[in-house]
Amino acid sequence: MDNNVEITLTVNGQEVSRRIPARTNLVDFVRYELELTGSHVGCEQGVCGACTIRVNGDIVRGCLMLAAQADGATVETIEGVSDSSEIADLQRAFHERNALQCGFCTPGFLLTAQELLAQNPSPSRDEIRAFISGNYCRCTGYQAIVDAIERVAGERQAAE
Amino acid sequence: MKPAPFAYVRALTLDQVFDLLDEHGDDARILAGGQSLMATLNLRLSAPEVLIDINHIEGLSSIELKDGKVRIGALVRHSEVAASPIIAEHAPLVAKAVPHIAHQAIRNRGTFGGSIAFADPAAELPAVSRAVGADFVLQSRSGTRTVAANDFFLGLFETARQPDEILIAAEIPVIPGNEKTAFTELARRHGDYAIIGVAAQGGVNGGSFSDMRLAFFGAGDRPILALAANAALEGKPYSEAAVAAAQDALDADLDPMEDLNGPAAMKMHLARVITARVLAELAE
Ligand SMILES: Cc1cc2nc3c(=O)[nH]c(=O)nc-3n(C[C@H](O)[C@H](O)[C@H](O)COP(=O)(O)OP(=O)(O)OC[C@H]3O[C@@H](n4cnc5c(N)ncnc54)[C@H](O)[C@@H]3O)c2cc1C
Ligand code: FES
Ligand code: FES
Repeated sequence: MDNNVEITLTVNGQEVSRRIPARTNLVDFVRYELELTGSHVGCEQGVCGACTIRVNGDIVRGCLMLAAQADGATVETIEGVSDSSEIADLQRAFHERNALQCGFCTPGFLLTAQELLAQNPSPSRDEIRAFISGNYCRCTGYQAIVDAIERVAGERQAAE
Repeated sequence: MKPAPFAYVRALTLDQVFDLLDEHGDDARILAGGQSLMATLNLRLSAPEVLIDINHIEGLSSIELKDGKVRIGALVRHSEVAASPIIAEHAPLVAKAVPHIAHQAIRNRGTFGGSIAFADPAAELPAVSRAVGADFVLQSRSGTRTVAANDFFLGLFETARQPDEILIAAEIPVIPGNEKTAFTELARRHGDYAIIGVAAQGGVNGGSFSDMRLAFFGAGDRPILALAANAALEGKPYSEAAVAAAQDALDADLDPMEDLNGPAAMKMHLARVITARVLAELAE
């Protein structure tokens, strides 16, 4: 059987078509085929969350989904949500609150935080911690990340 | 690591899956949510030649209430179970368990059927299925059969599913009015596989336990229905003595393995602790 597949999908608003080895996972696809290197690769076992990508509106592990499975799907990476300003407030809060040091985990945290606030606009600190439990940060100790997400939740509520 | 090369087929019908399973046998693997399979492929713990993606087969993705049962299609995602009003009302033990499964990004992909078929002894849903008395529906080219959850889990990652069968649904009896549920697990980090956990459902009539089903996970090579502990509770009102009787009976029920979390004796201790917690909750 052919170990390659043809796929067509929409990534950050643009349609792309490629012929790729079937074993290519989605995060490698966006990084190496599309040169969108904002999504990172840590563990490749679903544990760290560095590879978080949005598929059809929901966050997924980019290392645990094949690019072939995203054929026909709408995919958004950290580049897409940055360019659209969708998460500008979260990015500002992470920056101002020092919620990142090396930045390796940050794209995953931002996409995860955005999904949390979409589901639960005013989460408690415990709810924030439970929701980001699938993302590892080896630098900050999480406190500042929880602060930043909490602050943006408050700002968005106040703006309504 | 990257997986070894394989071919990928997006199946659109069950017949297509049966054909591919016939043709490739052991070299083919069914891909549902991929949240367990992809990790094992990335680690090269397994290297199938063909992945059969079942995510686009119609009819396996709904939650329905029919004939006194909640039917959960094999492809229903954990996140969909968590959001379902039918599950919340009629299968509350499932609703209590699902938030403990992994993390949001994983719950968005992982499926009910995948979790049952994979049969990780530390997973929540296999144990919950035993406590609620679920049936699993398996389909092959020769037809459909139903296997009770109590007969399905045969050993470590081993089930009654035959290689030519696809798990298509789970059927859970609507919770009777006199039954209550409780669920608790101990994990190092929210969403991690539990060190040990227990799912419980059964009657609490006039304050006395009846037909109580405590089912443990992370306590042996498969999900375990604690038959001796359940029998020890029969007809007893909640009391210190009833709790102690159930706890003492656990020695006959559970056979935890030493793992990275700690020795078997520690798990037996924790099993007693969580038993006391769920019984207190049921008696509330
Ligand atoms: C970091 C991490 C943490 C996790 N934590 C937990 C946890 O705490 N609790 C927990 O329960 N799970 C946990 N999981 C696993 C997750 O719940 C998986 O989604 C689930 O175990 C498997 O479901 P899946 O749909 O992803 O199956 P897949 O990975 O696609 O498949 C798993 C296996 O089942 C077979 N299979 C799948 N569907 C069918 C079917 N319909 N018929 C026949 N065979 C089938 C496949 O061939 C494969 O062998 C975790 C996963 C990760 C990566
Ligand atoms: S690289 Fe995907 S979760 Fe770590
Ligand atoms: S900022 Fe370095 S891992 Fe999080």
